[in-house]
Amino acid sequence: MIYFDNSATTKVAPSVLETYQKVSEQIWGNPSSLHNFGEQADHLLEQSRQQIADLLGVNLSEILFTSGGTEGDNWVVKGTAMEKRAFGRHIITSSVEHPAVHNSMEQLAQLGYEITYLPVDEEGRVSAADVAAAIRPDTILVSVMAVNNEVGSIQPLLEIADVLKDKPTIHFHIDAVQGIGKGIPELIFNDRVDFITFSGHKFHAPRGIGFIYARAGKRLAPLMTGGGQERNLRSGTENLPAIAGMARALRLMLENESDNVANERAVRQRILDHVKDFPKVTLFSQPNDHFAPHILCFAIEGVRGETIVHAFEDHDIYISTTSACSSKKHLASSTLTAMKVPEQVSTSAVRVSLDENNTLAEADTFNDVFDQLYEQFKKINS
Amino acid sequence: MDHIYLDNAATTPMSDEVVATMMDQMQHDFGNASSVHAFGRKARAVLDDSRHVIANSIHAKDDEIVFTAGGTESNNTVWMQTATVRRDLGRRIITTAIEHESIMKTANWLAHNGYDVVYLPVNEEGSINLDDLKAALTDDTILVSIMTGNNEVGSTMPIHEIGELLQDHQAWFHTDAVQAYGLLDIDVNRDHIDLLSTSAHKINGPKQMGFLFRREGIDFPSFMKGGDQEDKRRAGTENIPAIAGFATAVTALTADEKAHRQAKYASFKQYVVDGLTKAGVDFEINGSLRPDNLQHVLNLWIKGVENDVTLTNLDLAGVAVSAGSACTAGSLDPSHVLVAMFGKDNPRVMQSIRLSFGRYTTTADLDSFINALTAMTQRLNASANEQEAN
Ligand SMILES: Cc1ncc(COP(=O)(O)O)c(C=O)c1O
Ligand SMILES: Cc1ncc(COP(=O)(O)O)c(C=O)c1O
Repeated sequence: MIYFDNSATTKVAPSVLETYQKVSEQIWGNPSSLHNFGEQADHLLEQSRQQIADLLGVNLSEILFTSGGTEGDNWVVKGTAMEKRAFGRHIITSSVEHPAVHNSMEQLAQLGYEITYLPVDEEGRVSAADVAAAIRPDTILVSVMAVNNEVGSIQPLLEIADVLKDKPTIHFHIDAVQGIGKGIPELIFNDRVDFITFSGHKFHAPRGIGFIYARAGKRLAPLMTGGGQERNLRSGTENLPAIAGMARALRLMLENESDNVANERAVRQRILDHVKDFPKVTLFSQPNDHFAPHILCFAIEGVRGETIVHAFEDHDIYISTTSACSSKKHLASSTLTAMKVPEQVSTSAVRVSLDENNTLAEADTFNDVFDQLYEQFKKINS
Repeated sequence: MDHIYLDNAATTPMSDEVVATMMDQMQHDFGNASSVHAFGRKARAVLDDSRHVIANSIHAKDDEIVFTAGGTESNNTVWMQTATVRRDLGRRIITTAIEHESIMKTANWLAHNGYDVVYLPVNEEGSINLDDLKAALTDDTILVSIMTGNNEVGSTMPIHEIGELLQDHQAWFHTDAVQAYGLLDIDVNRDHIDLLSTSAHKINGPKQMGFLFRREGIDFPSFMKGGDQEDKRRAGTENIPAIAGFATAVTALTADEKAHRQAKYASFKQYVVDGLTKAGVDFEINGSLRPDNLQHVLNLWIKGVENDVTLTNLDLAGVAVSAGSACTAGSLDPSHVLVAMFGKDNPRVMQSIRLSFGRYTTTADLDSFINALTAMTQRLNASANEQEAN
C-alpha cells in the first residue's frame, strides 16, 4: 500500500496515539474545574500550549486551540470582520484559497463586505504589487494562504508582509494548514503577521484539533461564545487528549523538519522527473522554490481525474483529485481555474501529496504503475 | 490519596470501549471521508454507520444529524444561523434564564445587535411556567430555545408541552439536551423538537464532539464555511475517530441502561441526603428531588459556608465537586442559575456546591464525600464555638 494523499489527511503517529490514549485514560478532567482533576488537566493544557509556543518561537498566550483548520479560518476571517466593522468593510484575499477561507468571504460579501480576490499567475501565486494596489483606507484584512492545497505553490508572504508594514491596522492572516513543517522560508512569525491557522490532522495529530496563532495585542471577536475557555476567545470544553497529542506531533515534525523536507523533495522530484516527459502530461507544480516539497499536481490529458485515482487505487496506490473537499463535486478545481487552466485539462488533474514516511522506492513503484496506466489510457483514448 | 470524582456534569472519562474504538480508527481507518479512494470510502462507511446509530437514539432520520465540535458549537450554530436567516420573519427569541453559557453569551450578543431576547424566569425548582412562555410568544418569534435539563441543578423543562404549543407556530423549537441525552428517552417526533444539541464528552465519549439534530426542512447555511462536508451543513474534515467513539458511547446507552442509570443516580441522591442529614450537616437541596429531574446532578446549599471554602476543603480531602458549572472558567462568580432561582441576595448563591454522578461512581465515593463534608462542617462549627467561648 502506498499512501500519497497526505494533504487530505495523515495517519496519526504511533507515539501521538500513545499520548492520546494516556491522556484519555489518566487526565480526563475538565480544565476549567477547580478541583484536582481540573487542575491536572489545566496544567497539561498549558504545558501543551507552552510546548507549541516554544516550538514556534512565540508567546504562550498567542496560541489558541480550535477544532481544526476550517474553524481557524472561519474565526479569523469572520472574527476580524466583526471586530473591525466600525473601521471598514473591505477585505483582500487570493482567488486560490481553501473553501474555509473562500466561503467565509462569500458569506461576508452577502452581509455587505467588499471582497477583492487577487488573481494568480500560472504558478498559482499572487503578487505583492497587486496586494499593494488593492489596499484602500477601509481595508481591514488581508488573508493569503502559505501553501496552496491543490498545486502546492507558496505565496510571497514576506513581500506581502512588507507591503503591510506601514498599515498596522490591517489584519494579516495566513492559512498555513498545508505549510507547517515543510521548510517554507516564507512562513515566519514576524511582527507583521497577525494570525496563522493550523490543523493537526495534516501533521499526524488526531482529527478535530487545530490552533491559531494570534499575535499579542491583535483583537478578534470570538466565533464560538460560551463558557469563556481560551481566554474568553473560544468557548467549548477543551479536547485535551487531542491537544497534548498535537503538541507531540508538532514536535516530532519540526524536530526533523529539514530531513523530512529533503526526503519529500527527493520523492517528489523522482516522480516529477519521470512523468514530465510524457506528451499528454501537464504539470501544475514546478520543481522550483515557488512550490512546497510535498505536493505534485499534474493532468493526463483526456482522462478524468477520478479515473486516474481509481486506476492507481487498483494498484494499491492512493492519490486524489485536486483536493479531498472538492473531489466529490465533479467541478473543475478552483485553483486550476484561477490559474487559467482550461476546463478540459483541469478535470484531468490529480494530486500526489507526500509525508516524511514516503520513500524513493514507493516513487519508483508509482512510476512503474504510471507507465502501465499511461499505455492503457492511450489505448482507450486512441 | 485516591481521588474521588463527583463532577460528571463537567466532563466524564472516556469508557474503555470508546478509547478502543478511537484507537482502532486512528490506527487503521484514517482516511478522509471526502476522498474518492478506498480509504475515503471506508471512512465514509464508518461515518454513515455512526450517524445511523446516533439518529436512532433520538428517533431522527440519518440525514437530520450533523456532527459538530460539541455542545458549544451546536448551540452557537442554532442561535446565530437562525437569527441570520429568519431576520425578516421577526426578531424575538425566547429562552430561559438558566441556559448554559454557550447560549447565554450568544443571546446577550444578539440582544445587543437588534434582537429581542426574552429570558423566561424559573421557579425555585428550576423550571419554567408554561404560561410565561405563552405570554411571551408573539407572532414574530423566530426561535424558542429551552434546555431539556439543567447542568447545575438537574431540573427539567416541560419539553413535550412546549413542542405541542409551538407545533403551529413559525418559531423553531431548539433544546439543549447536552446533560439530558445520556439519561432521558428523547424522541424528537413525540416532542416536536426542531433542533437539538448534544455533546459526547458528557456521556463517556470524546471531547470536542457532538451533534446537532436539524429537522428535515429546517434550512440555514453552515455556521462553519468551507468544504461540503456533512451535506454542506458543517464544513471541516470529519473527525471520524471521535464520531465512531461517540457512536460507541451512544450504543451503550440503551433505553434500559438510561432508565437504570436514572434509578441508580436517584438512589445516590437519596443516599447523600440521608447521609448528610444523619451526620447533622446543615444543608438544603437547591431544586428538588422530583423523579423527572436529571438524577445525576445534586446541588446542595451548605448553610453558612462559602463555596470556595467547601471546594478547597473537599479538594484537599481528594473529592472533586464543583460550584455551578465548570465552564464559568475557574471563576467563582455567583451562578446565574441559582440567582435566577433564588435572587442574587440569597446566601445560597455563594454557598452551594454541585455533585454529579457518572457511570463509574460508587457508594464508596459517596461515603468519602459525606465524610469529608461532615468533617469540614464539624471543624468549622468547633472553631466557631471556640471563638464564641473566648
Ligand atoms: C489550505 C487548507 N486550509 C484549511 C483546511 C481545512 O482544515 P480542516 O480539515 O482541519 O478543517 C485544509 C484542509 O482540509 C487546507 O488544505
Ligand atoms: C447544558 C450544556 N450545554 C452545553 C454545554 C457545552 O458543551 P461542550 O462542552 O461540548 O461545548 C454544556 C457543558 O459544558 C452543558 O452542560
